[in-house]
Amino acid sequence: MSDTIIKVENLGKKYQIGAKEPYYSLRDQIANLWNFNKKKAVEEFWALKDVNFEVKRGEAVGIIGRNGAGKSTLLKILSQITPPTTGKITMNGRVASLLEVGTGFNQELTGRENIFLNGAILGLSRKEIRKKFDEIVAFSEIEKFLDTPVKRYSSGMYVRLAFAIAANLEPDILIVDEVLAVGDAQFQKKCLGKMDEVSKKEGRTVLFVSHNMGAIEKLCKKVIVLDQGNIKDDTNNVLKAIKNYSYSNNEGVGKKNAEWLKREKQFAGDFIPLRYSITNEKGQLRDMPVRNDDDIWIQIEGECKADDLNINLSNVIYDADNNVVFVSTTYDGDEDSWPKFMKGKIRLLNKIPKHFLNQGEYRIVLTAKFNKGDWIIGLSNDCPTVNLEIQGGLSNSPYWIDRRMGMMAPILEWKSI
Amino acid sequence: MPKDNVYTITPPKNLVCLDWGELWRYRELLYTFAWRDVKVRYKQTVLGVGWAIFQPLFTMIIFTVFFGNLAKIPSEGVPYPIFVYTGLLLWNYFSTSLSSASSCLVDNENIIKKVYFPRLLLPLSTAVTPLVDFGFSLIIFFGLSLIFGYVPCVIGILLLPVLLFCSFLTALGVGLFLGSINAKYRDVRYILPFFIQLLMYVTPVIYPSSIIPESYRWVSFLNPMAGVITMARGGFLYGIIDFNLLAMTFGISVLFFMFGLAYFRKTERFLADTL
Repeated sequence: MSDTIIKVENLGKKYQIGAKEPYYSLRDQIANLWNFNKKKAVEEFWALKDVNFEVKRGEAVGIIGRNGAGKSTLLKILSQITPPTTGKITMNGRVASLLEVGTGFNQELTGRENIFLNGAILGLSRKEIRKKFDEIVAFSEIEKFLDTPVKRYSSGMYVRLAFAIAANLEPDILIVDEVLAVGDAQFQKKCLGKMDEVSKKEGRTVLFVSHNMGAIEKLCKKVIVLDQGNIKDDTNNVLKAIKNYSYSNNEGVGKKNAEWLKREKQFAGDFIPLRYSITNEKGQLRDMPVRNDDDIWIQIEGECKADDLNINLSNVIYDADNNVVFVSTTYDGDEDSWPKFMKGKIRLLNKIPKHFLNQGEYRIVLTAKFNKGDWIIGLSNDCPTVNLEIQGGLSNSPYWIDRRMGMMAPILEWKSI
Repeated sequence: MPKDNVYTITPPKNLVCLDWGELWRYRELLYTFAWRDVKVRYKQTVLGVGWAIFQPLFTMIIFTVFFGNLAKIPSEGVPYPIFVYTGLLLWNYFSTSLSSASSCLVDNENIIKKVYFPRLLLPLSTAVTPLVDFGFSLIIFFGLSLIFGYVPCVIGILLLPVLLFCSFLTALGVGLFLGSINAKYRDVRYILPFFIQLLMYVTPVIYPSSIIPESYRWVSFLNPMAGVITMARGGFLYGIIDFNLLAMTFGISVLFFMFGLAYFRKTERFLADTL
């Protein structure tokens, strides 16, 4: 069980940016012949540099890092989709990678036909697929739609089928990129369970990229943290690595932490968050840390792409140990009080009452979901996140000026009778 | 764990030998790609496989009316419909293979960027798929011969696989080259239909190669398809084989193929980055 199955030495991948356009055209090249002096600035960019690590057989390894840290590049090199610029990788086994859901699918073909197509693309023979067919169908729960073209599938069915194929391939090494962001919570659970089974029971190796720290923590025995193309952490102490990572998330301190802004090209869909911030009742940004004797408001600014969206938004509050303290959603009240999501810009405020949380650091994450169940922004996405720091103002009593014992710090009523 | 599972990934060197063993291991994928292309092609069409019959048939009729009857292009003593259909038979195979081989990398961008498999399988399968249409066209050819009371010579039937193989090598060679360029410069997809159309007029599809002055004829035979079609007619309609022409055509198509393959191999590994 302790032999090395993947060995990565001095791995590096260089891209040239600036010179690269969406696609080249001969016309541009010819036009450029006359502009010798106007040479485009070619900038080198190392997506990965000096990366070294080893993975043992049967290990489940989580790879975490910010967007652009090099996670996807690493997986692409491991799956032989793009070549490295430097270094060497030694692999000992068959790899199946699920870098994007349903990439091998053909829209016109039926589910049944796509199982064979996708299986073949992932390197299986028809005989092997036939043997696994029933298992794949059962796992994906699409029996009824087997003979429907996949273009009529819902996104959930799509993911289920794609994952079912990859997970049942019995590869020696299963590489899974952030693919579980879609699909309902129940299926995500099922997928995680399957991956767990693949690594623990079947002794296969799983490389798993996710922003879902809970999943990483549950599944992985080892974590590799990537930061700007370098390995920042490579440890078996998963909990500690996750904790360090979660709190290095928001660069800078003070005001910056309390505000999140949408990056270019981030998110698409019916609801797009634009800004997420910790504010006062009027929606003005607050400086961190905040005192606990003032109400804290979480402000969501976003854009709805359609009228009367049947969606809900939730603020998920985590403590410093990455436990969920509570969740507050837009449909907590009775139906008449739910906010309406009409087309255009929307702005919502959610109150965390004073004297409710304890002194300390919290992470607040925004999720969005259709009431029917499909995620718009699931927890596994790189969702909007702000950091809240509470210090002081714990109560009016002169004795409580520091953190109180316990998770919460409510001021509850006392009566003498 | 068997040792043959161990492999290394390193930066690409200049020219790596083609891994025949790997291609062989993935042979089922070749079959699956071809099967997919055939299936998808006729999905949501009313006529379905009927298209494979109608296309060459109607082209033949139009060509016969305009080039045969009105322009009175000579057809070497054979009824013009049969004459032009013999040309179209191989030409259609060639042009379909060439155009799909040239666009297959871009069309399958989503798979190339996400899954590893020998990339060569994609163009290879696109050159195999039109064989299905070719089969249907061939049946029509025999039907036509029957209608016009013309019995195709056995020599032609024996020669056909060789000619088909030459067309396959040429289409694949040019397709591999253009396909690799297309991955980087999308201009190719605009040029290609135009290029194929011009190529058809340069190739003796609607006219016999005998109308080219003898001293220049060898130039036209630098185009392997000119040789292929000329020999197909010779074989089917007169039962003769020009062995010099056969050797030359075969040689040139192998050269085309080798060149295309070499270029493809050079660009293959960076496909995911350039697409």
